[in-house]
Amino acid sequence: MDLYAEEIISHYEHPHNKGKLDAENATFHEHNPLCGDEITIHLHIDNGRVDRISFEGNGCAISMGTASMLTDFIKGKTLEEVEKMGVSTVIDLLGIDPGPGRLKCATLSLKTLKEAIFVYEHKSVDSGTRNL
Amino acid sequence: MTLSQNSEYFAGESLNVDRIRRDFPELSVKVNGNRLVYLDSAATSQKPMQVIRAVDEFYSRYNANIHRGVYKIAEEATAAYTESKEKVARLINANGIEEIVYVRNATEAINLVALGWAAHNISKGDHILISEMEHHSNIVPWIILSNRAGAVLDYVEIDKSTGLLDDNSLHENLEKSPKLVAITQASNVLGTINDVKQIAKLAHKRGAKVLVDAAQSVPHMKVDVRDIDSDFFAFSGHKMLAPTGIGVLHAKAEILDRMEPVFGGGDMIKSVEYHSYTPNDLPWKFEAGTANIEGGIGLGAAVDYLNMLGMDRIRRHEMEITKYALERLQDVSNVTVYGPSLDMLESRVGVVSFSLDDVHPHDVATIFDRDGVAIRAGHHCAMPLVTKVIGKPALSRMSFYMYNGNDDVDAAVKAIGEVKKIFRIK
Ligand SMILES: Cc1ncc(COP(=O)(O)O)c(C=O)c1O
Repeated sequence: MDLYAEEIISHYEHPHNKGKLDAENATFHEHNPLCGDEITIHLHIDNGRVDRISFEGNGCAISMGTASMLTDFIKGKTLEEVEKMGVSTVIDLLGIDPGPGRLKCATLSLKTLKEAIFVYEHKSVDSGTRNL
Repeated sequence: MTLSQNSEYFAGESLNVDRIRRDFPELSVKVNGNRLVYLDSAATSQKPMQVIRAVDEFYSRYNANIHRGVYKIAEEATAAYTESKEKVARLINANGIEEIVYVRNATEAINLVALGWAAHNISKGDHILISEMEHHSNIVPWIILSNRAGAVLDYVEIDKSTGLLDDNSLHENLEKSPKLVAITQASNVLGTINDVKQIAKLAHKRGAKVLVDAAQSVPHMKVDVRDIDSDFFAFSGHKMLAPTGIGVLHAKAEILDRMEPVFGGGDMIKSVEYHSYTPNDLPWKFEAGTANIEGGIGLGAAVDYLNMLGMDRIRRHEMEITKYALERLQDVSNVTVYGPSLDMLESRVGVVSFSLDDVHPHDVATIFDRDGVAIRAGHHCAMPLVTKVIGKPALSRMSFYMYNGNDDVDAAVKAIGEVKKIFRIK
């Protein structure tokens, strides 16, 4: 499997779920100081589930491509399911471990998503999420 | 050590890169099955065997604390550390070692000036002048200080058509009679060499003190602090073949005499009483606690190596590679190069920043890495320059040193081809 496989490049060039969301009830903004990648996750949470999700931002193919894939994957998941997600979720989506130099790019969207959910639930952000 | 008449290092007036590479163990490491093509010396340089051995020898043969022991190996360690300062003083043409303060890096040197000099000499309403092409290490200490003191931080603008500092903007800002002018001698993003001697002359006329960030100049060209007439001059050992954790603040002795120490402790005093102390002589007054002895010794060996090749030869060699790189990149479609153009090579160090269509530099660098080509991607710790002046979130950068050759540029140009293939760019 190649980090720059067709799939991620195509998600990067034609992202899914990109833009704002009407009637969002959770959102979070993150920024990767290393690369300058930026992302905002918008969520509509209904009945303990991710009903709708979108993202805005700019950055490298890995961070933006993963954001597109992750937002597809997240739709309909319960908040408990999302809270349990971590690095392996992202590696499974990509089909490859991007390596220490690029892992932060790949996990940026998941980190932001989880932070949005913790804030929505009035919980403090757990250590696993902080260190994503 | 007689590193001098080693003719095998030269090919006529030029450097023999093949011979030089053999001194750098890291350069024979394989990356993904390829030769390591190291194009990130502006971030940190590789280290020659001569430096690694000097550090090794210190720990295996005469490891002892300095300035304290009266036994033989302590005397040897003290002598080696002091001798390193003598070498550094000669390299930059300082008056003597009393002006050579060892710190961790250029960043610490600049912060030492902010805390030890500026905090006591800059007050509410005073101006501090820096430029738009500064590294964060020559921006953030001045933001912190001006916030604390109520001073005003001004920026000399960049002339975007040339990549040089804008003369009008310099003159306008000097009209405000800043207390301090802090400017880089060479930009780590644009490669621009600033005429710091001329800037110092103008700044001194307005009564300012002058700090030169020499992190990207000292490793690559001959510098002369007395000719420049800088008051403060900061650089890092790790960018000039020495270990990490050792850097230099040069300052005029009469300024250091009047400057308050920032750190107190052992080694920086002559005597201590209950409620007072007498500071040590220069430069030791500014070096509290046990020094980075291995770093100092490594830096001495690094200066020997640079002298063996000759700073002028190193500079010429890097200009040739830079010229070759600019020429090759000119012919690659969708590549934009930043900084002074080919006809201004004299005003450029061996730093070539570029962007490739809209491809994010981190993707560029990752794809380069597959071919073993190490380049830097990011905002290069110069966010005002990269994001505001140039207007990009990040850039890709290759930078050269004495161990690079045109073959390294060729490898980079080939890697650009691979990036284009993946991102379907012409
Ligand atoms: C122009 C310039 N100034 C200062 C620094 C800071 O050097 P250090 O991180 O070694 O303190 C750098 C390092 O990248 C630089 O390029």
